[in-house]
Amino acid sequence: MAVTEVRISIHIAGLNPKDIAEKIKEQFPDQVIDTAEFRDQVAVIVKRDKIVEICRYLHDDPHLSLDHLQDVTAVDYLNKKDVRFEVVYNLYSIKYHHKIRIRAQVPENDPEIDSVVPIWAGANWHERECFDMFGIVFTGHPDLRRILLPEDWEGHPLRKDYPLKGPEPEKDWPGFIEVLKRSKELREFEWEG
Amino acid sequence: MLIDTANMGLIQVEEDTKILPPNIIITSFDKLINWGRLSSIWPTTFGLACCAIEMMAAGAAHYDFDRFGIIFRGSPRQADCVIVAGTVTKKMAPVVRRVYDQIPEPRYVVAMGSCACTGGVFRTYSTVQGCDSFLPVDVYVPGCPPRPETLLEGMMLLQEKIRKEKARWSPWR
Repeated sequence: MAVTEVRISIHIAGLNPKDIAEKIKEQFPDQVIDTAEFRDQVAVIVKRDKIVEICRYLHDDPHLSLDHLQDVTAVDYLNKKDVRFEVVYNLYSIKYHHKIRIRAQVPENDPEIDSVVPIWAGANWHERECFDMFGIVFTGHPDLRRILLPEDWEGHPLRKDYPLKGPEPEKDWPGFIEVLKRSKELREFEWEG
Repeated sequence: MLIDTANMGLIQVEEDTKILPPNIIITSFDKLINWGRLSSIWPTTFGLACCAIEMMAAGAAHYDFDRFGIIFRGSPRQADCVIVAGTVTKKMAPVVRRVYDQIPEPRYVVAMGSCACTGGVFRTYSTVQGCDSFLPVDVYVPGCPPRPETLLEGMMLLQEKIRKEKARWSPWR
């Protein structure tokens, strides 16, 4: 007897990213500053005050259902924009296959924004990396420590005013200075042939 | 009783080495010990970045490090050599130094790849500009990453270096 396999795939059409941007504008008219579009990727630039509410709405709304936080990072617009930092959230819906980018402005003198870990648990390490590299403090984060650099490192290297080649040799990370010192001390015991 | 080696029918096969057929060999201590050391360089299993992939390829069946007596050991305390395979970051530098410090004498260091030799393309805040800043490097193997043949060449150069050592076995060195 022949066995026939029938597969039914239902593709739920997602929203156009421009429509998502419109929805955010309708819901939070006083929070949205601007929208930007580049190669069909739409970004909504928002104020940082209600970022958790905006993200909660995007996550919970049944027609948006942006349940996957692809990335959290930041951009340093030193000498390019009035507000220096923008924290970038790339959101994706696994159900509808649509995506949107949220950019929240964070000023230089008070680099703080609310954490979105209560909404997406995966934001935990992304926010730690963002804190490590840009020095942006995520208030309400459960465990805001440096994730890549050593804990006693000074400065935030992805800021545009950080020297590319690193600090001066004498102001380097103390752990590395200690290794250099110890290798110099032990050099006299090495075989010289 | 003194043995008169001149009249024993010894055949000189190379400098400092004579044989008496069928199975007596007379040679210098240096030669014997250096031969033993260069024929069994055991590197510690330690990889840092993409160079480690090439190092594994060199250790696997196709390029076969084992035929040179190069067998990777799981502990630096059983090893003779460390292959610094990859980018050394400042955060990793204390660990690399500790691995080297645990290797018993005689010990050797092979800097594998551009990053371990000079820092390579990473002239940045987090990268050590050459692991020779805190390790006594014996052989530099350039390449990004070096092919397994290049690493083999580097290990053979290390063997040649060991072959030329004088009295490293002695406590009066």
